[in-house]
Amino acid sequence: MNAWLPFPVISAMLLGTWLLLNESWSAANVLFGSAVAVLGAWVLVRLDAPALILRRLWLALELGRRVAVDMARSNARVARLVLKDKRARTPGFVRIGLSVRSHYSLAVLACIITATPGTSWVAYEPVTNVLVIHVLDLVDDDDWGVIVLVRYEGILKEIFG
Amino acid sequence: MNALADLPPWASVMTSLLVLVGSGLALVGSIGLVRFKTFYERVHAPTLGSTLGLFCILAASMLYFSMAQTRAVVHEILIGIFVTTTTPVTFLLLVQASVYRDRFEGSDPLAGLGEDRAVVKTLVPSSGIANGSTAPPGC
Repeated sequence: MNAWLPFPVISAMLLGTWLLLNESWSAANVLFGSAVAVLGAWVLVRLDAPALILRRLWLALELGRRVAVDMARSNARVARLVLKDKRARTPGFVRIGLSVRSHYSLAVLACIITATPGTSWVAYEPVTNVLVIHVLDLVDDDDWGVIVLVRYEGILKEIFG
Repeated sequence: MNALADLPPWASVMTSLLVLVGSGLALVGSIGLVRFKTFYERVHAPTLGSTLGLFCILAASMLYFSMAQTRAVVHEILIGIFVTTTTPVTFLLLVQASVYRDRFEGSDPLAGLGEDRAVVKTLVPSSGIANGSTAPPGC
């Protein structure tokens, strides 16, 4: 965190993206990529983005594993619901009281909820920190609030603080 | 033109399987878009194609081009990252627009939610008549 590199993590990601796009490690690409990375971070400063601090980065692997499992499972579930008799489901809205407030945690949570078919982000109230999601099939009165909180909120809090 | 035949058999079988599963998921999602009756349910269907379906196609592409060019081709990962991080924005805007319109028409879908009530179940219309307030104009 200094004047030259206000967002070191994001700059590193931008450089990685640039090198991956070009699929080359040549000096010219590293140089260009670094310029893009530094300028990109300055854009974020102008946008007043909150500081990104990553703690316990290895937990991101565990988070990725959970998301992959849930994504595959809910894909299969929604595919079955589409092909099954249409009356055999109970869609509804679920209200979840969150305790994470970090912008980055909420952004990742939005990606996760969208990436698992069968749940979609409907509304978030920053004042009360309440999230409303829509669930395609509320099976067996599963407590969706608890599912989201237990599976994702804790680990996000540990990664983003 | 038939470069798939030049690959080792396991690679061509894997590539074909991944492409079939991916496009199959996208097809099921599109069927869901037609079969589901309300807007909030329809939102879920196309995500089949934009999540696991997408990743299957990307994996097939990575496998095929890595084998055909005999070097690792991995920049498809970026497509996955960009699609995963941008779809929530689109879906959020669509759903918010729909909630806004429902409220404007006096049928707030979130009306029952509150401190004491965490879940509101919406009924699935059993007949073919779609909910008028959620059907797009002109349908």
